Amino acid sequence: MVLPAIQVRDLRKRFRKRRRLRKATASAEWALGGVSFDVAPGETYGLLGPNGSGKSTLIRILSTLLIADGGEVRVLGHRLPDEQTRVRRLIGRVSVDAAFYKKLSARENLLYTALLYGLKPSVAEPRAMDVLERLGMEERTFTVPLEEMSRGMQQKISIARALMINPPVLLLDEPTTGLDPKSRRDVQTFLEDLRRREGTTIVLTTHDMAEAERLCACIGFLAHGRLVAEGTSELLKRAAEAATLDDAFIKLTGERVTDGETPAAAAKES
Amino acid sequence: MDGAIDRTLRQTWAFVFRGYHLTRRYISWVIVFNFYALTGSAAVALIGVAAHDHRLTLTLVVGALLWNFLSTLYNEIAMSVAYERWEGTLEYTFMAPVPRFVHLAGLSVFALCNSIVITTSVLLGLMLFTDITLAGANLGGVIVVLLASTLAFVGLGVMAAALPVLSPERGAEATHIFQGSLLLVSGVYYPVEVLPAWIQPISALSPATYTLAACRRLVGVGDPATTPHRLAGAPLATVVPELVVLLVMGAALVPLGLWVFGRVERWAKHTGRLKRTG
Ligand SMILES: Nc1ncnc2c1ncn2[C@@H]1O[C@H](COP(=O)(O)OP(=O)(O)O)[C@@H](O)[C@H]1O
Ligand SMILES: [Mg+2]
Repeated sequence: MVLPAIQVRDLRKRFRKRRRLRKATASAEWALGGVSFDVAPGETYGLLGPNGSGKSTLIRILSTLLIADGGEVRVLGHRLPDEQTRVRRLIGRVSVDAAFYKKLSARENLLYTALLYGLKPSVAEPRAMDVLERLGMEERTFTVPLEEMSRGMQQKISIARALMINPPVLLLDEPTTGLDPKSRRDVQTFLEDLRRREGTTIVLTTHDMAEAERLCACIGFLAHGRLVAEGTSELLKRAAEAATLDDAFIKLTGERVTDGETPAAAAKES
Repeated sequence: MDGAIDRTLRQTWAFVFRGYHLTRRYISWVIVFNFYALTGSAAVALIGVAAHDHRLTLTLVVGALLWNFLSTLYNEIAMSVAYERWEGTLEYTFMAPVPRFVHLAGLSVFALCNSIVITTSVLLGLMLFTDITLAGANLGGVIVVLLASTLAFVGLGVMAAALPVLSPERGAEATHIFQGSLLLVSGVYYPVEVLPAWIQPISALSPATYTLAACRRLVGVGDPATTPHRLAGAPLATVVPELVVLLVMGAALVPLGLWVFGRVERWAKHTGRLKRTG
C-alpha cells in the first residue's frame, strides 16, 4: 500500500470563547471533534461542510498556522507541529481571502514570496508567469497594484503564489468562492491539469457541489467539526439515497451526529 | 549553486525588498512622516535658539536626532506584526519557511536603512533652522555608538512586536505606550537627574539613556572647550563604559526578544490569534 500524502488521525481543536459568558456555557464547542482521514499521493480530496463546520480550521492546522489540541497529523510523513519547518517547504495554500500587500503589484507580491521561500527570482518568476498565463491572465496586469484588480484576478494570483514554490501538496480553502463562472472554470481546469501533469496532492474545501464532483476523487462531509460521511460522490449519493450530491449533503450534514456514533461512512474506494 | 547561505540571504532580502516597495507605494505618507519628524525636532531645537543658549540648543539637537533614529528603528520592528495584520498577510508570512531569526534580521536591515534616511533628513532640516556646526564632533564615534545601540533596540522592538500577536486590539497601543515611556525616562531632551527620584532607577534600564549620554560626550556637549563654531568632541575611549553596557543589553535583549516572540507565536497558534479577524 502507498503511504498517504496526508494522514489525519482523531484531530481535535477547540477555541476558547473570548467574551465573558455565563459559566454554564463555558465549555467551548469543538471546532474539530476527532477528524480522521487520509489523502493518497496525487489525489484531490474535497472537504464540504456548512459554514463554521471546521474546514478552515483543518486547513490551518495542515498549514502550520494552528496547533491542534489532540490527534495526529502527518504531511508526506512529517509530523505536525514538530516538523513544521520541513512541512512549510512542501505546502502551498490559497485561502478564501486573497491576502496581499494591496498597494504592491502582482509582480512585487510574487517576487516577495519567492524571496521569502529562498528561491531565485529568475527561477520563480517564469514559473508564476506560466501559471498566470494558463489561468488566462494577461501580462500587462502584473504591474498594477493589487487593490485595483478584480477578486477573480486576485485569486488567480493567489494560486500562482502558492504554486511558485512547486509544492507537492496544495491546500485550497474555498479558492473559487465569489468568482464569476468563467474564472471559476479557469481555476477548475487548471487544477485538473495540475494534478494530471504534476501529480500534486490537493485538499480542497468548497461549497460548490459540481466543483467537488468534477475535481475530487474523494469527498468528506464535515458537520460540527466531525466527518459525517466520506467517499466518492457516487458512494455518498448511494449512502444517502439521494439523486444529487446536493441532496446527499443536506441529508448527511443536516442532522447532528451524537457522541460516539461512527460516521455514516461509505467505504472509501481503494 | 543554491546553498543554504544563498537561501538565507534571499530570505533576509525579502523583507528589505518588501519594505522598499511599500515605501515607494506609500511615498506620500513617508514624506508626511518625515516632515512631521522634522518640524517636531526643529520646534524643540528652537527652544535653545530662543534662549540664546548654545549648549542647550546642542543638547536638544542631539536628543532630537538620536530619538528619531532610535524610535524609527524600534517602531519599524515593533509595528511589523500590526502592519501585516492590517494588510492581512500575517498568515502567509508566518507559514513561510523562514526562521524567526532571519525574519528579524531582514526587518532590522530595512529598519536601519529607514532610520538613517529619517535621521539624515532631520539633520539637514535642523541645519536650516539653527546655526549648529558639526565641526569637531566625533562623528565616527557616534556611528559606532548607534550601531551598538541598534542591537538593544532591535531586541526591544521584537518583544514589542509580539504584543499585537497577543492582542490585536490592544497590542499596537501598548507598543506606543512603551515607546513613550522610553522617551520619558531616557533623558532625550534633559539630563535624567531632573526626573523624580523614583523614575531614575528605571532610566538606568533604558538602552537609550546610554546612547544619549555617550553621543553627547562624543559631540562635545558640556565640554568647556566647545564653542558655537567648533565642538570639542571626546574620543571614543571615553564612552567605552556606555558601549559595553549597550552591547551587553543587545546580547541579552535580542535572544530574549526572539524567545518571547517564539513563545507568543506558539501561544497564538494554540488559541487561534494569528487569524486576521480577532
Ligand atoms: N481563530 C479563531 N478563533 C476563535 N474561534 C475560531 C477561530 N477560527 C475558527 N473558529 C471557530 O471554529 C469553528 C469552525 O470555523 P471554521 O474552521 O472557520 O469553519 P469553516 O471554514 O468550515 O466555515 C467556528 O465556530 C469558528 O467560530
Ligand atoms: Mg472557512
